[in-house]
Amino acid sequence: MQHILRQIARTGIVTEAYPEADESLRATTERLQREVLAAFDGALVIRHVDAGSCNGCELEIHAANNPYHNLEGLGIRFAASPRHADLLLVTGPVSRHMEEALKRTYDAMPAPKLVVAIGDCGCTGGIFGESYASCGRVSNVIPVDVAVPGCPPTPVAIMQGILTAIARAR
Amino acid sequence: MRLADLPFPFESAPGPAAVGFAEVMADQWQVTAGRLRSAGATLVALWAADRRDLHDGFEIRAAYALEDGLACLRLSLPAEAPDYPDLGEHFPAAGRMQRAAFDLTGVAPLDPADGRPWLRHGAWPAGAHPLRRDVVARSVWPAVPDDYNFVSVSGDGVHEIPVGPVHAGTIEPGHFRFSVVGERVLRLEARLGYKHKGIEKRFESMTLDEGVALAGRVSGDSTVAFAWAYAMAVEQLTGATIPPRAAALRAMLLERERVASHLGDLGALGNDAGFAFGLAQFSRLKEDWLRLNARFWGHRYLMDRIVPGGLTDDLDDAHLPVLARQVHDLADEVARLRRIYDDHAGLQDRLRDCGVVSNDLAQRLGLTGLAARASGMAVDLRVGCAVPPYDGLDVRCATRPEGDVAARAAVRFDEVTESLRLIGLLAETLPDGPTRVAVPSARQGSCGIGRVEGWRGEVLVFVEAGADERIRRCHPHDPSWQNWPLLEHAILGNIVPDFPLINKSFNLSYSGVDL
Ligand code: SF4
Repeated sequence: MQHILRQIARTGIVTEAYPEADESLRATTERLQREVLAAFDGALVIRHVDAGSCNGCELEIHAANNPYHNLEGLGIRFAASPRHADLLLVTGPVSRHMEEALKRTYDAMPAPKLVVAIGDCGCTGGIFGESYASCGRVSNVIPVDVAVPGCPPTPVAIMQGILTAIARAR
Repeated sequence: MRLADLPFPFESAPGPAAVGFAEVMADQWQVTAGRLRSAGATLVALWAADRRDLHDGFEIRAAYALEDGLACLRLSLPAEAPDYPDLGEHFPAAGRMQRAAFDLTGVAPLDPADGRPWLRHGAWPAGAHPLRRDVVARSVWPAVPDDYNFVSVSGDGVHEIPVGPVHAGTIEPGHFRFSVVGERVLRLEARLGYKHKGIEKRFESMTLDEGVALAGRVSGDSTVAFAWAYAMAVEQLTGATIPPRAAALRAMLLERERVASHLGDLGALGNDAGFAFGLAQFSRLKEDWLRLNARFWGHRYLMDRIVPGGLTDDLDDAHLPVLARQVHDLADEVARLRRIYDDHAGLQDRLRDCGVVSNDLAQRLGLTGLAARASGMAVDLRVGCAVPPYDGLDVRCATRPEGDVAARAAVRFDEVTESLRLIGLLAETLPDGPTRVAVPSARQGSCGIGRVEGWRGEVLVFVEAGADERIRRCHPHDPSWQNWPLLEHAILGNIVPDFPLINKSFNLSYSGVDL
């Protein structure tokens, strides 16, 4: 136990300053009313669905939760069920085999709901494109509010995308 | 068995990796597999191709790891009846690969033990085979109902728990069907293929130069391993020789990828066993590690750095002391955390005797890579079939006999330590000279195979050149193909709540096998 405490003391607090929202990431004009967004007020529950990624984007979503980025410190946490979620984070191009599961997850979320597409694949279909097996970008399957480019986008960019989705229009 | 012991002629590929290509007859296909099996060889990968446009029917290829190299056997099949003898009896791992090859090309084993589709769910109908050359990549079929026949277990008090494809955490999609009595697992059947996004078809629209970016995205967590294996295949088929500095830098990247991944897994294993301290500590160390990647190589996961002929950028020698210091400091931190993990009775209680794969089972079913080493198998390409610079590094292969979650964690700890030593050594002895050579043009029809010991195990990439420097066929193979079936065994007799921990201890790729 004392080794654990000593290690915690040695490490200290490493969390860095949080990024600001970035309006340039907004894919559509505000779908939710300001009042609704105000109601989220920072306490946001996210559900993530990998719709066909290479698994690179998942590494950076995990990194957004590491002590440096500490996404949870903003009151934003990940839920195991879409029924508890306000925001859907989608990675990958949408494979045809995941199309149905993605739609169902989206439908299972209570309104109002937000969608953030992560990575070049989520934004455009990326290197995989559209084919017999891939529907391409996420917005080909469900409505998308914010799209975060990058291959994979950095944890800070992912956090910016999430914050943009919940930021009230200025 | 060594390449020279093969009972038929073969053609040796040029370059550092020992690879022999051979044609076999239909009656030799299975017999040879049996002989290879009894001589201790393992099946690495199996794939098929449509060659009807060349008036050559179809082909099926199997790649076997021998003591001193890789044997790639090719069997040519008639266009009208592209059947071949099943390899599943000698190599159980062949089963799913054969099913995938059938879904994509229509090339089928005769009387297979399991004839269910594997990669095909509802995106294309039975009878269509998207990797055939006469199917255009953008064909879209109306969705077909997807009713997969899971094996059901009946008996008193047995019930089924279906999980997925969407899971509770930030992980890749797949379906797991547990048959349980109370909490104890009687049977687990995994069904994958949800992430199939047509990677092999996509390769065929690319040039040999372009393909490396896609290879690096077969399984993003192994981007260095796949990019290197792809580059090695292209260098082999064109006869390019990379400079010593490029080989050393590639190894540095591969070891950095291994360290990053192991750090992440060690943290996650702690977390899944209720020890969140471990996750916080290891993910902090991993983040420091990734940031240095970004600073010196311009990408946190080192994507798109390796290209056929070498690397896109050189490393500034002024960075070498910084690298050396980082590996030294990290080694200290990891040693300290390892003591904490080892001394934590509650944590060890969860990790030990959990998710056991015995050495015997591992050998029989063909477990590979990190998981195999944790079940007492000393398999590591960096030791057995080392290409430069590994042939001069004297890599220590980490093994443990227990085959449980604790052993898979221990192998990771040992490998982090060893990789840090290797990176330090590579930084100290980095040769001068260029980091990239021009790649000669590729002769149409020439083939190459690259193999690399990624952090998970052996990654293999096969490339066949088409006309005009284009890819005719590319098959990337992730070691998860071999290891997924073993996960189904590892859980038997354990309780369902231990599944996340056992699953994490393997940390297999979905994207890498769904293709
Ligand atoms: S954007 Fe890049 S990292 Fe993310 S899933 Fe696509 S290829 Fe992988």
